[in-house]
Amino acid sequence: MNALRESIHRTRPTDPAAMEVDGLSVDIRTPEGVAHAVRDVSFTVRSGRTLALLGESGCGKSMTALAIAGLLDPVADVVGGRIRLNGADLLALGASERRRLAGPELAIVFQDALTALNPVFTVGAQLGEPFRIHEGLSRRAARDRAVELMERVGIPEARSRAGAYPHQFSGGMRQRLLIAMAVALRPSVLLADEPTTALDVTVQAQIMELLRDLRTERDMALVLITHDLAVAAEHADDVAVMYAGAIVETGPIGEVFAAPRHPYTRGLLSSVPGGGRPGEPLRFIPGSPPDLRAVPSGCAFRSRCHLARERCASHRPELSGDERGRTVACHYWKEATDA
Amino acid sequence: MPETTAPPVGPLLRASGLTKSFRVPRSASGSTSLRALDGVDLTLDRGETLGLVGESGCGKSTLARVLLMLERPDRGTLSFDGTDPFALRGKQLLAWRRRVQMVFQDPFASLNPRLNAAELISEPWRTHRDLVPRRDRAERVRRLLEMVGLRAGDAHRYPQEFSGGQRQRIGIARALALDPDVIVCDEPVSALDLSVQAQVLNLLAELQAELGVSYVFISHDLSVVRHVADRVAVMYLGGVVETGSTEEIFTNPRHPYTAALLSSAPSPLRSDAPSRERILLTGEVPSPVDPPSGCRFRTRCRHSEDLCSRTAPPVEAVSGDPAHTAACHFPLGPASAGSGASGG
Repeated sequence: MNALRESIHRTRPTDPAAMEVDGLSVDIRTPEGVAHAVRDVSFTVRSGRTLALLGESGCGKSMTALAIAGLLDPVADVVGGRIRLNGADLLALGASERRRLAGPELAIVFQDALTALNPVFTVGAQLGEPFRIHEGLSRRAARDRAVELMERVGIPEARSRAGAYPHQFSGGMRQRLLIAMAVALRPSVLLADEPTTALDVTVQAQIMELLRDLRTERDMALVLITHDLAVAAEHADDVAVMYAGAIVETGPIGEVFAAPRHPYTRGLLSSVPGGGRPGEPLRFIPGSPPDLRAVPSGCAFRSRCHLARERCASHRPELSGDERGRTVACHYWKEATDA
Repeated sequence: MPETTAPPVGPLLRASGLTKSFRVPRSASGSTSLRALDGVDLTLDRGETLGLVGESGCGKSTLARVLLMLERPDRGTLSFDGTDPFALRGKQLLAWRRRVQMVFQDPFASLNPRLNAAELISEPWRTHRDLVPRRDRAERVRRLLEMVGLRAGDAHRYPQEFSGGQRQRIGIARALALDPDVIVCDEPVSALDLSVQAQVLNLLAELQAELGVSYVFISHDLSVVRHVADRVAVMYLGGVVETGSTEEIFTNPRHPYTAALLSSAPSPLRSDAPSRERILLTGEVPSPVDPPSGCRFRTRCRHSEDLCSRTAPPVEAVSGDPAHTAACHFPLGPASAGSGASGG
């Protein structure tokens, strides 16, 4: 168990970047043309902190995670950008080199734990696999490490349960197993793609608590990919809001949610039930997101934006901001916040 | 046993002691009984929205199926507008079924991709033939499309040509086609994006104001329930553990499970997060095949005592408001201002 705790003291007040994503772009080839699913996305994640990548379906948040993890579908290509992890650019590495570096350093937890686990192997064997591949442990030693991990993520009677198959666990327990597998090699960056969306709220709270504890205890950088504003608000330190494949606003999440700057972020937050009085109609954003095969010129949000004018059609707004990490991609955000 | 005529002022729908079990396979050789509903009492007034909350496996869907008269309870009665529909058969039962309709969770899976919007909306009239005369049907479809915020020109488009929110509007129009008194909405917005969800919730509210229809609104999203519901029933493992006005349930929960559920639900309005005490339940919901003795919540309850394992707690009024009831031997004290749900 000492090995599990060795890194606690590593947290420093000014944490260096655990991973830097710079100008990442992903295209998807579809029968109807090329969809620009991720457009020039940049962000930094720091050890011991949680960044929420927040957006609605189709905004490119999961595609961003898959591109970072190197798990893109063959019809999707990274067409630009850099992903710096431990001094190397993952996108410049060959497949085997990338696997050797990123395998232990970067891990991902998916939404659907049942499909992410292999139904025909015991969970003990699956959890031991990373140790056998990356640390060359024997079957028996790997299994001991697997049991240790199962205990850490709160699976009761871990030693006997290690011989069970995934379908013999509940949804919450399966998600714990997946998290255990992801943190097995002590990654410095953990991507969690909607890790609790399929779970009931009381179990969701348990899983988020577990992720938070592991992040702190192991000084990981956690990237929480979610559509759920509430989950982001409660569990993230920083947020990057995505719309139509691009980041439109970033900052410390408390500040962004208390005083959103981008009209999209503002619209999203005001759509949350409970903001107004019960019985009052909810506010909403008119229209729907653009087709990523034909993203409009300039600002992708302009067709739904009440502030939009000519400049929004001719010039794409760049993310720009202040020294505290608050950035926004909007030509006229100051007018929105004055209104 | 059909109930005799009820006073016209009573609730539109009253369920008493609804119990429903299913046979499920336990091993290769035998089967066992799963009690999905265990003595559920419920009322629904005209024009009212009843929020039904609880985690998966708590019996929400079985209850919905009983209310839709698709599932016959083993015990207990359902009184609908003074009549017990389960005492009826054939055509008469069908006529009652028309009055309770459903909006489904997944607008991508619940619409037949080979029917266009007009066919989807008029399909219920193939079962209930006498409701709308044939010559009026085209006009009626047009009106329904308009009611749910679609255009008459959308009548000949197919589901895949619509967005998720628009599909859910078609689903709502289909439910309205039979002019129901009650619509059971089973997670109607959980498949939709936030900005679209707000539009659909607004539509449901407008339709209720216009038509006086009642909703049974099933949702896991407590902020949505708080917005739409007049009253809330909290279910756990086949039983209703607490009911009351939405305001009472959210500000003054008395059952430990309700309090835990509310405290588990994250809030996007972060300002209240640090001051709030989080009640993290241990473990998961027990199997309904083998529920705990006595109080069904006791295995996860931090206030549980001996009595809780011996006797199932009766449903009792727990505050000044007689409509606020909970099934707990040791209900939580009234919430002191600002402290939310802590039991001590």
